[in-house]
Amino acid sequence: MSVLEVEHLRVEFGTENGPVIAVKDVSFTLEKGEILSLVGESGCGKSTVAMSIPRLLGDSHVTLGGSVHLNGVDLSAYSEKRMQEVRGKEISVVFQEPMTSLNPAYTVGNQISEVLLQHEGLSRRAALARAVELLELVGIPDAQRRTAAFPHELSGGMRQRVMIAIAVACNPLVLIADEPTTALDVTIQAGVLDIFRRLRDNLGTSIVLITHDLGVVADIADRVAIMYAGRIVEMASTAEIFAAPTHPYTRGLLGALPSRAIMQANGRRRLTDIPGLVPSPSTDPDQCQFAPRCASASIECTAARPTAEPVAVGHTVSCYHPAVGAML
Amino acid sequence: MSQKLITAKRKTVSSIPRPRWQRVVRRFARRPMAVTGLILVVGFVLFALLGPILLSDPNQQDFAAILQTPSLAHLLGTDDLGRDVFARIANGARVSLMAGVMSTALALIIGITIGLITGFYRGWVDVIVMRIVDVMLAFPFLIFAVGLAAILGASLTNVIIALAVSQVPEVIRIARGEAMAIREQEFVSGAVADGARDGTIMFRYIAPNAMGAFIVQATVAIPAAIIGEATLSFLGLGVQPPMSSWGIMLTSAQQYLAQAPYLALFPGIAIALTALGFNLLGDGLRDVLDPKETR
Amino acid sequence: MSEQPVLEVSNLVKHFQSGSRLGGGRTVVRAVDGVDLTIGRGEILGLVGESGSGKSTVGSCIARLTQPTSGTIRLLGRDISTLSRREMRPLRSEVHVVFQDPYSSLNPRMTVGQIVTEPLRQHHRGGRAERNRIVSDMLERTGLSLELVGRYPHELSGGQRQRVALARALVLGPSLVIADEPVSALDVSVQASILNVILDLQVELGFSCLFITHDLSVVEFISDRIAVMYLGKIVETATRAELFRDPQHPYTQALLSAAPMADPSSARGRERIILSGDLPSPTEEISGCPFHARCPVAIDRCRTEVPRLLGVTSPEHQSACHLVTAENGAPHIKQGDKNLVHNAS
Ligand SMILES: Nc1ncnc2c1ncn2[C@@H]1O[C@H](COP(=O)(O)OP(=O)(O)OP(=O)(O)O)[C@@H](O)[C@H]1O
Ligand SMILES: Nc1ncnc2c1ncn2[C@@H]1O[C@H](COP(=O)(O)OP(=O)(O)O)[C@@H](O)[C@H]1O
Ligand code: SF4
Ligand code: SF4
Ligand SMILES: [Mg+2]
Ligand SMILES: [Mg+2]
Repeated sequence: MSVLEVEHLRVEFGTENGPVIAVKDVSFTLEKGEILSLVGESGCGKSTVAMSIPRLLGDSHVTLGGSVHLNGVDLSAYSEKRMQEVRGKEISVVFQEPMTSLNPAYTVGNQISEVLLQHEGLSRRAALARAVELLELVGIPDAQRRTAAFPHELSGGMRQRVMIAIAVACNPLVLIADEPTTALDVTIQAGVLDIFRRLRDNLGTSIVLITHDLGVVADIADRVAIMYAGRIVEMASTAEIFAAPTHPYTRGLLGALPSRAIMQANGRRRLTDIPGLVPSPSTDPDQCQFAPRCASASIECTAARPTAEPVAVGHTVSCYHPAVGAML
Repeated sequence: MSQKLITAKRKTVSSIPRPRWQRVVRRFARRPMAVTGLILVVGFVLFALLGPILLSDPNQQDFAAILQTPSLAHLLGTDDLGRDVFARIANGARVSLMAGVMSTALALIIGITIGLITGFYRGWVDVIVMRIVDVMLAFPFLIFAVGLAAILGASLTNVIIALAVSQVPEVIRIARGEAMAIREQEFVSGAVADGARDGTIMFRYIAPNAMGAFIVQATVAIPAAIIGEATLSFLGLGVQPPMSSWGIMLTSAQQYLAQAPYLALFPGIAIALTALGFNLLGDGLRDVLDPKETR
Repeated sequence: MSEQPVLEVSNLVKHFQSGSRLGGGRTVVRAVDGVDLTIGRGEILGLVGESGSGKSTVGSCIARLTQPTSGTIRLLGRDISTLSRREMRPLRSEVHVVFQDPYSSLNPRMTVGQIVTEPLRQHHRGGRAERNRIVSDMLERTGLSLELVGRYPHELSGGQRQRVALARALVLGPSLVIADEPVSALDVSVQASILNVILDLQVELGFSCLFITHDLSVVEFISDRIAVMYLGKIVETATRAELFRDPQHPYTQALLSAAPMADPSSARGRERIILSGDLPSPTEEISGCPFHARCPVAIDRCRTEVPRLLGVTSPEHQSACHLVTAENGAPHIKQGDKNLVHNAS
């Protein structure tokens, strides 16, 4: 049984300018000790997926569809009170912006032990001792002293590590990390990714890692789900996605990477870009949403929406004309 | 504007961008509140211009009919000297609107210029100007105006000058704050890199982006200046009879508050409606002039 | 044409005074602390480094949007480092900037047409018809449809805004463009199209470019030469191929090893160096090599003596590290002498 099963997730926000369908139809499973990466460009719905799994979009303007199962149990059956116990203990979230996610008025040690007091019923003293251990786990030097620090006294990288320490304090089954390293420098990012790897290896944590950086994916993910306009358009193992991408959008993303620049005949470097713009999230026509930007599009593509079909073991794609073989 | 020629030359361009004022008018017309504000303001201006011509003589005294409640003969009643209140409100509108609008406009022109310059350049000029502004702001607005009007002497022009000068420090403070905030934005660095002169940066880049704050200030200041004129006139420092204003009516109605409350009520309503009108108009203008506003 | 470089920066220093005047806690931020750079005609120099290392400050000193504390900046042979705002104005047709956030760098109250025309107006170039011709030409070159002339910045996508910023920077035909993280705020597919446009226009128009970024794959793609910055100083500079082939400075090596690679097999196979600690605060005065607190191979001398930026192995490849010697080449932090490794985690 999968640790996490998300089926036909749909999230709609009602706004002044009409509905915004941020997530149209997203399904995936997450196994124990697996790192699944959710990749896509800005606005494709990654953060919305991250927020809706632990039901953090507790807003009346939001309509949700589909289901989320944690260890086989449907979370929609849980009361809000029961969800509060699940959050932080079974499912934890690390957000993109470490600055705003920490409470500036409390010390780091205080904020970590708070979670432990709430979920684990530890004594204050024991919680503080555990907080020191956790800070050591996430690689903060001089952890004992740092527990007394306030968030503004720490660098961005350290704050992000504190956020991770809070998220893993109760040894959650599932850790959802939304762009955890986007605001960090590469040398710091490498350290943070290393922590995720160790959590997975040592504690068996399952991780949903949301990112737009294919470099991060290549580095750490076991499996990858490529999102476009509120849907997963391709899903495969990391090796397979990079070696044999089949969806035209996936191939476009890979071709756009500067490290994969093509040398032209005239000796000039060139990147393949994806022409056109991301479609408006307010509608969901019955067609392939990528069609206006797709070089392989045919009449079929605008007649009906393609469904996810397997092209290899553990590799699905939603496209009528999936490409075969490696990219140039 | 440049786009006209470009689009004219290249026939392929499908949509010709409309000139800005049309867009502004269109967006303005779509806001009922803004339109209401405009109607109120225009209504009062017309009332001020035409009222004294069409209505009876506001200074005609009728001792047979003093302190009358509103009736068909005197729509808004009569005052302690038997003068028609409606005609007097029309007559007073001129002075009140002039004092309110002119003094505020003058204060904005002077205050914005000084504020933008000091906020943009900072330095010792700024330090000196802000010291003076702080001292001036330490006095209540009216006390300052009263003192100034006493020195200048009683006349409508001097009332406007006194009210304008007393408003200037507040406008400087606001404009300086806006200039200091906006000059740190990257598009100002972009303008410097374009080779823009300092004046261009202040008036083409900073001022338009501070427009919202200036409009808000104007809508607050106009009613305040109307009341200010009243106080000056009440103290004998403003317009002299037979000229009148809403403020004079309001203050002189005080002694009859018990017998004839409507005497204070009607000029009060006129002031309130004017304030409302400028407020709605200001809000509307601020929105339609902001290209980011989507409606 | 003479071989005179478009830009020659020597010993550029910019210190910011910060902290409250009242609290007495006045500190000096050493944002740029002695930088030397040269950019040849038509050359793209990539400036990489972590955030806070002083890249943007170098850029804005060169464009004279900031007054440098000391040092000289020669633009086309003329020292502009001490020119007043007024004296600098005519020279602004020779250098322009493109900022990271294309939204905040465009006046929200001006239309695209106005924004791109603005430099021509300020420099009194051409009549109305002439300006319109130049502007439409520039919009077309940057890949913007002419329909967009009447739009306001907020009505454009991030990529379109950055094209507008580019059109505006190039409309006067400057010799030097300073691009400060011009693609960092964009998605990869949009980033790709902007990078392509920059390269194409560079070939067509021949400007030189200081391209500032923190992304190694971008800098590798776009630059002819690369300078690596750390804590206000250039620690290494070399041609693109040379820098990636033989990174000499330990910091460059760490940076290259930490950079994410979009290729799972090599990303996982490689041995990576994870530096301990964070970038030190630029307010503290550091003696010796600025990198010594994090350098896995630091020796005692590093704590006391500042290494100079020297072309030890070849004049074209300069680095600032005591351990780079003509005989032994560069130190290799991955296989550093066990006795020397005390900072690695
Ligand atoms: N609270 C909200 N109300 C209305 N629309 C929203 C809300 N939150 C998100 N959206 C919209 O939903 C879509 C998906 O947003 P989301 O934040 O999930 O994207 P993302 O993939 O995480 O993007 P990024 O890479 O920029 O973080 C966007 O069009 C966004 O504007
Ligand atoms: N106007 C300023 N006042 C004070 N400190 C500044 C200012 N601008 C930059 N700094 C500081 O100078 C250092 C270098 O900044 P910057 O040039 O922006 O770095 P980078 O572009 O490499 O991220 C940072 O520590 C930054 O906080
Ligand atoms: S379904 Fe058609 S339009 Fe969509 S990605 Fe595949 S080929 Fe392109
Ligand atoms: S070896 Fe010394 S000089 Fe070289 S980078 Fe390390 S600390 Fe600096
Ligand atoms: Mg997001
Ligand atoms: Mg910067």
